[in-house]
Amino acid sequence: MSTFAGIPKHVEDVLQSVGTTSRRSLLKSAGLLVVSLAAGTGPITTRANAQTSAVAGPYPDIDFHQVDSWIVIHEDNSATFYVGKTDCGQGTGTSFRQIMSDELDVAYDKTTCIMGSTDITVDQGGSGGSTAMERDSWPMRRVAAEARRVLLQMGSQRLGVPVDQLAVSEGVITVKGDPTRTVTYGQLIGGKRFNVALTGADINATTGVAPVKPVQELKNVGLSPQRYDIPPKVDGSLKWAVDMKLPGMVHARNVKPPVAGAKLVSIDESSVRGMPGFVKVVSKGNYVAVVCEREEQAINAAKMLKVNWEKPSAAPFPSSENLFHYIRDAKPTSSLKPIVVGDPETAFADAAKVIEADYDIPYQGHTAFSGAHALADPSNGLMTIYSNDMKSYGMRRGVAEFLGIPREKVRVVWMEGPQGFGRTAAEDAGCEAAYLAKEIGRPVRVQWMRSEETAWDTKAPAYAVTVKGALDAAGNLVALDYNARAADYNHVGYNEADTVLIAQLMGIRRAKPAEGNAAVPSEMYAIPHRRMEAHVVSLPMVWETPLRTGNLRDPNGEQSTFASESFIDELAAAAKADPMEFRMKMLTAGSDDDSVFRRARSIAVLKAAADAYGWDHRPSPKPRGAGEILTGRGMAYAFRGQTIVAEIAEVEVNVRTGRVWVKRLVCAQDCGLVVNPRSTRHTAECAMLHALSRALHEEVQFDNERVTSVDWISHPTLTHADVPEQIDVVLVNGDPHPNRPDLRPFGAGEAACKPMLPAVANAIYDATGVRLRRVPFRAPRVLAALKTAKV
Amino acid sequence: MSLTLTVNGKSHTVDVDPSTPLLYILRNDLGLQGPRFGCGLGQCGACTVIVNGVATRSCITPGSAVKGDITTLEGIAKGGKLHPLQQAWIDEQVPQCGFCQNGQIMTAKALLDKNPKPSDAQIREGMNRTLCRCMSYYRVQAAIKLAVKVMAAQDAAAEKEVVA
Repeated sequence: MSTFAGIPKHVEDVLQSVGTTSRRSLLKSAGLLVVSLAAGTGPITTRANAQTSAVAGPYPDIDFHQVDSWIVIHEDNSATFYVGKTDCGQGTGTSFRQIMSDELDVAYDKTTCIMGSTDITVDQGGSGGSTAMERDSWPMRRVAAEARRVLLQMGSQRLGVPVDQLAVSEGVITVKGDPTRTVTYGQLIGGKRFNVALTGADINATTGVAPVKPVQELKNVGLSPQRYDIPPKVDGSLKWAVDMKLPGMVHARNVKPPVAGAKLVSIDESSVRGMPGFVKVVSKGNYVAVVCEREEQAINAAKMLKVNWEKPSAAPFPSSENLFHYIRDAKPTSSLKPIVVGDPETAFADAAKVIEADYDIPYQGHTAFSGAHALADPSNGLMTIYSNDMKSYGMRRGVAEFLGIPREKVRVVWMEGPQGFGRTAAEDAGCEAAYLAKEIGRPVRVQWMRSEETAWDTKAPAYAVTVKGALDAAGNLVALDYNARAADYNHVGYNEADTVLIAQLMGIRRAKPAEGNAAVPSEMYAIPHRRMEAHVVSLPMVWETPLRTGNLRDPNGEQSTFASESFIDELAAAAKADPMEFRMKMLTAGSDDDSVFRRARSIAVLKAAADAYGWDHRPSPKPRGAGEILTGRGMAYAFRGQTIVAEIAEVEVNVRTGRVWVKRLVCAQDCGLVVNPRSTRHTAECAMLHALSRALHEEVQFDNERVTSVDWISHPTLTHADVPEQIDVVLVNGDPHPNRPDLRPFGAGEAACKPMLPAVANAIYDATGVRLRRVPFRAPRVLAALKTAKV
Repeated sequence: MSLTLTVNGKSHTVDVDPSTPLLYILRNDLGLQGPRFGCGLGQCGACTVIVNGVATRSCITPGSAVKGDITTLEGIAKGGKLHPLQQAWIDEQVPQCGFCQNGQIMTAKALLDKNPKPSDAQIREGMNRTLCRCMSYYRVQAAIKLAVKVMAAQDAAAEKEVVA
């Protein structure tokens, strides 16, 4: 069926023999081979045997200062790239192959990419922050360029011709002017080590001496080869982390506290002891799990286990209905130093018109498509975790610390899983499986059930934002006052041994909880006077709560941008200006720019979005139509890091039912150099729809002791019926020197999430004249707002 | 207790409690990977298999309740050739993470088996309870439309051959 059918090779190797993978064997045995290189100019050294240094276990950190840790060339002239990344479905593995095969000059089709398993790949941190191309492709490129340089030197020796008289294409070195004289990479080094040292203060700075190629010489970059991971995903042959099985493995399910902050009083183990397949109840502090031989037995036993809990004396949090009152009244736990530009006080005092608005964004969950899961194997006093953790290296450190064993005895084998989006970097199941496996002495697979995942996963913080703006008599925005409060205190990190949920439930507390973040808008508007404040507030209960915050795709960006770009639209309406022109005027008003030309690129992106949509220049709202369906269009813009995005939504609002259907979406995005245009467009498309789901449906609901939105009925998500009729993604290169040979790639994973919420709200306003300032825009809320406004 | 199930044309006898959801039998006893656990509540579609032509949520279907042939994602390719839906999924580069795609493909197959030429509205309606959290929906719908065209062309070609 597919050429990549079956178990990933590195996983198969792991299965065959604990502690000895073919990759490791290659490194070990090849270490004894001293490849003689008379290359001359580079810092080429030989290394006798990488395995001889004293370490506490068989899984030392992979040395990123060796070409061999990144690239292996095989005798058949194919190459395997080992990178410290994971692919959460955006096709980054394919893009790494494109960019590395370009620098190395091997055929794309003869490359493979191994990602994320901690004992065979360098630690680039896994995935996160849309850094795959922007940051992590650079060491890959430089190492591949260095490998090419070394191979050309070896070729020069072999062919007896100076390097400058050699050409290389698809792994074949040819003497210029004499095509009969060739040698392949495979013939030069196939199956052997490079033994070439690299330099660089950290992994991101890893480099050899060879320069990377100018963009114009990259052949695979800019093409859209199909993602190699898709065929085995559609024929059922790919082995995912959920598919991993080991001899003698058992299954575990957690029993969570019934209300937040409940204390375990007692467990009646007799309630499950006679059940089929029962192995053990494992409990420490308020952490409880049931282990059985079969999966369905563990599910049943976890349901049947009788546990006595004591409710906390005080309510752990306000109900979701009262959340925004609570946030606005709470004393901040920390505050950003106010950002002040010009003299906002005087500007407000002198303004022709001042408007002000409050925006509320609830907690929104990751609600991954399947619950957190991991399989841990404690064989031989070591710990192997099979996991879809997008930051597998962090999980390895976290598990080692949590269990109190050297990290050289722990490895994480990364396999694919549902989404990423931040939850799988702080995903709990790895530490749980490892703890249970250590207790039981057998491989243990644990998985969270739907209600557990939806209630207890990490959440994006709720925001309450107040924005005030001053217009002069000509309708120009002269002053802006932005004040945000985010319920983000004790923001959970990535598999930290003292914040992962099992540690919290066991009573482990770090001395100082993470401060959390509150974001200010990210745009390039020239507004003469500004004041921006952002504060973090805490809920009453900080630990052992299902309302624990963590990074969710474009952390904080969607919340702050909803407030800021909705408000810009309100200002445009107050100035009776076209919302696109109102923004464009503020972008073109400035003459300065930053080092990555974000102002110039913002202007290019807005223009591209308007052109792609066919923007009709007029103020909002449009004259109200007759009939049941009202239509309108709205836009919003933001940057995320160095990436600029403008989006336009066209909506239909049903005034009888309150249902909002986004009929058309346009996204213009400038993320610099695009490695794989098709993957990039699809990623933007899905990011927009993920944000659309947050705009229309998603909200964590809770009473004052537990989360009540626990499945796909009580926590709705976008469905096929919501999907726009047409989606256009335009990739823009708005650099003032678009053909620069050093054009850089910027993050493309999350930026397109950012402007979607306000684009939809602005379109609803355009259609109906009703401003929605509270997310999500579920039909009953929209209907109520329309009725209040007598639409 | 033992149960006998016919899966992808082969008969299997497994020793399980008859109330065991079909999903766990397929995954843990028969080693199939297509059907997945997503919610265990029949709400998301990740576990979808086809039983007697009907898209069935195996996570809420007891093994003992299955009367008839079961087809999983692994069983829809014929003679080493991917099903047109699977090929369309590759051609349209549908998945992001891909975890839900078993449900998308199997639900689409059951839909097209009943209605080979669905309208856009019928596709939306027929697929509506099959969820994707990466939001690959737009591509899923495009791939279904592509598969409909390819299958219609194949049928027309086959008919022509018969006539000739």
